[in-house]
Amino acid sequence: MDIEALKAKAKQLRIDSLKLTNQAGSGHPGGSLSAADILTALYYRQMKYDASNPQWAERDRFILSKGHCTPLLYSVFADVGYFPKEELATYRKIGRLTGHPNPKLPGVEIATGSLGQGLSVGHGMALAARLDGKDYRVYVLLGDGELNEGSVWEAAMSAAHFKSDNLIAIVDNNKVAQDSITAELKGVEPLGRKFESFGWHAIRIDGHDMAAILNALEEAAKAKGKPTAIIADTIKGKGVSFMEGQPKWHGKAPDAEQLKKAIAEIENG
Amino acid sequence: MAKAATRDGYGSGLVKVGSNKNVVVLDAGVSDSTRTNKFQEKYPERFFNMGISEQDMVGTAAGLAKCGKIVFATSFAEFLMGRTQDHQLVSVAYSESNVKLIATHTGLAVGEDGPTAQAQNDVGMARAMPTMIVVEPADAVEAEKVVEFLVSHKGPAYVRLGRPEVETIYDDSYAFELGQATKLMDGNAAAIIASGIMVQESLKAAEMLKQENTEVAVINMSSIKPIDKEAIRQAAQTGTIIACQDHNIYGGLGSAVAEVIAAESLNCRFGIVGIKDQFAESGSQEELFKKYGMDAEAIANAVRKAVSG
Ligand SMILES: Cc1ncc(C[n+]2csc(CCOP(=O)(O)OP(=O)(O)O)c2C)c(N)n1
Ligand SMILES: [Mg+2]
Repeated sequence: MDIEALKAKAKQLRIDSLKLTNQAGSGHPGGSLSAADILTALYYRQMKYDASNPQWAERDRFILSKGHCTPLLYSVFADVGYFPKEELATYRKIGRLTGHPNPKLPGVEIATGSLGQGLSVGHGMALAARLDGKDYRVYVLLGDGELNEGSVWEAAMSAAHFKSDNLIAIVDNNKVAQDSITAELKGVEPLGRKFESFGWHAIRIDGHDMAAILNALEEAAKAKGKPTAIIADTIKGKGVSFMEGQPKWHGKAPDAEQLKKAIAEIENG
Repeated sequence: MAKAATRDGYGSGLVKVGSNKNVVVLDAGVSDSTRTNKFQEKYPERFFNMGISEQDMVGTAAGLAKCGKIVFATSFAEFLMGRTQDHQLVSVAYSESNVKLIATHTGLAVGEDGPTAQAQNDVGMARAMPTMIVVEPADAVEAEKVVEFLVSHKGPAYVRLGRPEVETIYDDSYAFELGQATKLMDGNAAAIIASGIMVQESLKAAEMLKQENTEVAVINMSSIKPIDKEAIRQAAQTGTIIACQDHNIYGGLGSAVAEVIAAESLNCRFGIVGIKDQFAESGSQEELFKKYGMDAEAIANAVRKAVSG
């Protein structure tokens, strides 16, 4: 997919994410909108995988460590064909489209939803690739608030120690957690320097600049002897004026009117 | 009789199963105490010491398992179970990862290190996690057999091992079966159902009672979850069941046995010998078991009281 097509795809996924939360009457729009460009770059350009063969041994792995952002994840999965689009109607209802992902759903590698676990799991997968002489990569998407969890930094230490250069952490640095602005909750900056001091290669980009995301992923793929952290500066609720930067849109669904307004803004944005 | 700790059986068991290339062993900086160093010596490329980061170890284990590895993740029970409970629940149990959580250093038998190392609620936590099986071997031979069994059992497991050396009960002909208790002594006056180191104390108690012409059955319930219900039904026919565990009286083997007795309305007297919902202190295992009412004498007393009551 070329850059223009990727940008259009990201818009579509934003709209799909909002429709999902509206339809379910609950869910997490803010962090889905902020990560839309990143997931688009991964699933429509960077990662090798086969939605018709989810267990393909050579596939790149993706872990949504910030597991609440299923509106976006499931929108992607339905679109690339991990499950039928009609199944989206069961989002957050009885069935396998749980509010936070579980591996009974094709495409989900591991359950998440309790923050701070995904990077360790991703690193385990990276170590398995080494043991098996495979060249797949493991991508883990984390939230900035999630970085408050100490276990993330345990994993950061491990991945550097084991020189796991097939592990790529992407921080959706949208500056907002749940009840607070992250800097006011418990500040996580300076992120690049933090990861570097932990022995990682760090790249800082505008997480809504598609070309920059693609370049960073390319650079990460060339890393040798170190894991890579891509700090993607993003805006929580990106594309919807009344949601942008607002903690209150972390975990609240838009009503019909808000949805209409939001879609119009994204389409014209 | 030979003596060895169940953790020693774990170490030798790992070396045995190491020829399977999918077996990977993790430790959290205590490999000399847990005996995973035995595996490391033989198979260094499949051993990862994750440092003193138990949460990270459990997550890493899950990731390896999701890529086809059979992963043994090891630390002291308090640090493995207490510290990482949520990681186990999400990354291991809910995700049905093929991870074996192996905990050494359990209960008052830990001794001198005191309450921060004397894990007493680990079985309760493990038992209450869906998909998780729970096993506590009674001697080093059984521990070794459990390791062999786990390689063929796909799914999450919690295994509770002990620090001190204990008498070896089983010989190599023993075959561990999940959900299957073994009767070590026969008797009709009462039945003692025990696991881990308490099997040893129970055997001693049964010998003491024998001198008084009270013949009690001793059952090793190493498979705590799933539990052997048939063995409990049969034990109930003696009229008295005493469950013995080096664990808090809430949530451990005793609770598991009580659940079966209650659910099936089994008609028997029932008692639990275990840690009476309190923190202990430092001391030798013998001193602690005596002071906190968990030695053979205490078990014998529990039987005496029940059968005379
Ligand atoms: C261990 C844990 N603690 C708390 C929560 C509740 N929670 C869900 S999302 C969230 C905020 C996360 O913020 P961030 O990581 O920045 O995510 P994003 O902004 O991308 O939505 C919190 C506190 C959780 N899911 N897990
Ligand atoms: Mg955030």
